[in-house]
Formats: sequence, C-alpha cells, structure tokens
Amino acid sequence: MRALIKTTWVELKLFTREPLTVLFTFAIPFVVLFVLGSVFGNRPADPHVYRGFGILNYYVPAYVALVVAAIGLIALPVHLAAYRERGVLRRFRASTIPVWSVLGGQVAATFLIGVLASLILVLVAFAVYHTRSPQSLVEVLAAFILGAIMFAMIGLFLGLALPTARTAQGAGVLLWFVMMQISGPGAPFEVLPTALVRVSDATPLKHLVFLMQDPWFGLGWNISEMFIVGAFLVGAALLVAFFARRG
Amino acid sequence: MQMVIEVRGLRKMYGSMVAVDDVSFDVAAGEIFGLLGPNGAGKTTTVECLQGLRHADGGQMRVLGLDPWTQRASLRRRIGSQLQESALPDRLKVWEALDLFATAPLSRVKREQLLEQWGLADKRNTSFANLSGGQRQRLFVALALVNQPEIVFLDEMTTGLDPAARRATWDLIEAIGKRGTTVVLVSHFMDEVERLCQRVAVVNHGRIVAMDTPARLVEQRSQQTRVLFTWDGEVLPRLEAVPHVYSVRQQGSQIEVEGDGPVLQHVASALLQQGIEPADLRVERPTLEEVFLQIVGKPEEEQ
Repeated sequence: MRALIKTTWVELKLFTREPLTVLFTFAIPFVVLFVLGSVFGNRPADPHVYRGFGILNYYVPAYVALVVAAIGLIALPVHLAAYRERGVLRRFRASTIPVWSVLGGQVAATFLIGVLASLILVLVAFAVYHTRSPQSLVEVLAAFILGAIMFAMIGLFLGLALPTARTAQGAGVLLWFVMMQISGPGAPFEVLPTALVRVSDATPLKHLVFLMQDPWFGLGWNISEMFIVGAFLVGAALLVAFFARRG
Repeated sequence: MQMVIEVRGLRKMYGSMVAVDDVSFDVAAGEIFGLLGPNGAGKTTTVECLQGLRHADGGQMRVLGLDPWTQRASLRRRIGSQLQESALPDRLKVWEALDLFATAPLSRVKREQLLEQWGLADKRNTSFANLSGGQRQRLFVALALVNQPEIVFLDEMTTGLDPAARRATWDLIEAIGKRGTTVVLVSHFMDEVERLCQRVAVVNHGRIVAMDTPARLVEQRSQQTRVLFTWDGEVLPRLEAVPHVYSVRQQGSQIEVEGDGPVLQHVASALLQQGIEPADLRVERPTLEEVFLQIVGKPEEEQ
C-alpha cells in the first residue's frame, strides 16, 4: 500500500511537470465547450437531435466522458509505452517496487487528474452556461468511476501492447479523435449515417456517454450500458493481465 | 568460504537461439566477481536470471539461499541492481528517486548522507534527464545501494562514459567491495575487470570458457614471454643455446627473445656471463586483453 501511495504521488508530480499533457488534458475540453457555447448557447435544441436535450446540457456529460477517454487512450499509453521503451519499467522491476504498484500509481494519478479536469469542466459549464446539474449525483459518480476504470484498463493494455511511445501516441490520438467525432461528443447520433452509428456502437466511449447522460438527465441507471462498459472493462483487464505477464 | 551465489548448469533459450548454455559458477560472500565477454555472449542474460528478471530454462540457481525465480520478491529486498540500458522517468528528481527506491522511509539525514557519498549533493533537485552520463551512473549505484543489499549486480556500468568518469566509477565499485558487499560485475572491458575483480569468468557463446583470478588467467595462457633489450653487437648464437629460449630476433640494436617460464632469469644470467649489461632489459607478458582475445577469438575470426 505504501508503495502504491508513493508511486501515485510521484506520478502526479511527474504529470504536472509535463506542460503539454497538462495543457491538453485541461484546455482542449474548454476550447470545444466555449466554441460550442458561443455558437449555440444552451438553448433547447430541435427535439429530433441531441436526444432532445439542450445542446450544452447534452455535451457536458459527453465531454466528461471525453476527458476520461483522453487520459485512457492518450496520456496513459504514451506514458507507459515510454517507460517500457526506455527501460524505466525494467529498472522498477529489478527493484523492490512491485510492477503492479507502478501501473497502479499511473492509473491512480491519471484518475485523480481526470476527476479534477472533469470537475472544473462541469463547474465552469454550470457557472457560465447554466447547464443542468446531475439529477442523480451518486449514479453519475458511479458511471464516472466505472468509465474511468474501463479507460484506464484500455490505456494500460495499449501501453503494454504497443512497442514504442511514438506508436502509442499515434494509435491513441487516432482512436480518441475517431471516438470524439462519432461516439457522442461530436455530431449528434440522430444525424450520423447508419453505418457510422454501427461503428460507434463498437466504441467504448459511446456506451460511457449514455451511461453518464441517463442518470444526469434523470432517466435512471442504464443497466444494459453498464453491462457493455463492464464487458469492455473485463476484456481490457484480461488483455492487461496477458501483456503484463508477457512483457 | 560461504557461497552467496551458486549456479549449476544454467540454460536459457530465446526461441531456438541458445543464449546461455550450461553455465556453472559460485560467488563467495564479499567477493567482486566479474563476468567478462564480448557483446551477445550471454552475460546479461545470466545476471538477469540470477536477479529473477528472467525465467531460466534449465539448471539450478541459489542466490542468498533463495530461488531467484519463485522467491524473487524476497530476493529483491536483499540485492541491488544496476541494469544495462535502463532509465528513470525524465522529470524525476534525484532526491525523489532515492525516496522512491528506498524500501523503508528514508530520513532526511540518511538521504543527504547518500547524496553526499555519491557526489550528488548539488544535484539533488536536478531531474534525471538533465544529469550527465557519469552522474546517472552514480545515481544508479546510489539506488542499488539504498536498501543496503548483500549482493549488487552491476551490468556494464562504464559503457559510454569518458575515461575520467570511468575511473571515478571504478573507485565507487571498489568502495562497495570494501564494505563487504558482494559485487557481480558484468563487463566487456578487460582493464576494468583486471583492476576490480578478484575472480573472473570469461563467457563466450553462452558458455564459460575460462574462470580464475585475472592474474592466473594471464599466467596460465601466457606460454610465451618476451624479453627485450637494446645491445650493439653480436649476441644471437650464444643466446639461442640458453634454456627456455625458443627464438632470438635482432633488428638493428633491438633484441627480442621469446621463451617460456623463467626465461628472463636465464637470459639475464647468460648476458651477465658475457659481460653484457643492457640498461633496458625488460619483459613483456601478454595482457588480459591479449589473453581474452586468444580465448574468445579475434573479432575478424568470428563467423
């Protein structure tokens, strides 16, 4: 436990020393939020799109999910792949610091950063655009935690499976960008061609967006999305176990 | 003598390639033991197996009485490592690295002591990326020793260092040995091994091809000794009759006598009898480097 707390603290400090990562994690969602906010405001949309919600109301939970996805698909895999590539992980493996606590420290640190970035995003949207606050805070938090763990597992899997930090960055940014466009935080599903909707069904982000939005808007806990997110989580965790053993 | 490392018939394959083939050796407590060999000889694989970083395919190993693979967690607490081609996170500071690698909480006093001891006191707030090669090596040694290990494994510590930094690193290794810590040193530099190690195993193509003290390795394989001196005049026919002399060559005033065993004594005595007293009579014996090349074959002879 002491090892985990130590590695988490170190990883948090290392994160704050990477200006570019800090900028991307905290700034990108804001830029998109402000652009959308100044274009559309938070007026109720055409009931045929955005699931019938106000535009910014719709986007706030989707962006929270997007922040979680950015950490899982970009920050974590690039960091971990760099550790493997440069022999940092080997160095830890030969010491008394268990590898699980290094991985755990990275997950815990990125989780805390995700919480902070999401919180700031939600509070700013609330203060500036008067977006709706979650109808069921407990269920929204549960969805957030489940989604964060799922993306952390996907991040660990990518970081362990991809050979270099460069490939991890390429793959991560590509996946994140595609998901941003088609899985909820981009164009509304109602206007997407059927083929793209099918593709988005295969992305974990789409299911997390629904899992977050439903309790947020008072539609209750979405059990089927919970199972799908859970399935992604378990699948990624199995891959992590396999690659951690191999690598 | 108490053995802290015992290896019998160690074998490790990578796919169909045999990296380590039937390697056996012992290391005594307090010894500085060298593994010397060309690149790709299997030295690193051997020490990685000993540290529980790789699973051996065959053979028996005991390190501090523990099985390095099944009991690797307990073993890690009692050994220190310096790995070849390893690094720390770029932005990790020197003092943070020490804190992170210490198993028990590191007091401020103890930390400052370590920083002082390894010449890193003025670098305590420098991040790993901004350290020089020599400073990184010193930090790695400090990290390897932070938990007061009983055995330290040092893998190619001086590769890529400038001559001054290499010598400074040798002093560090000697300092570790003087504390009574057992050191296993992996190297492809003869001078390093000759200066630091009490015993050395020469590894080639995954096998130990010779093992002894550096001095005896040289002695056993140096059948030929060369005696050299300068003399203006005829000495040739008389010297060739001297016992232990194989051949005499003369180039101008430079005379080179090749022989074995106590050839120097016999040549000196024969010269004296003839009233020849050269001022520069000297003997040349093969260095460990020549012996090493003789054992493992010169690079151009490799297939």
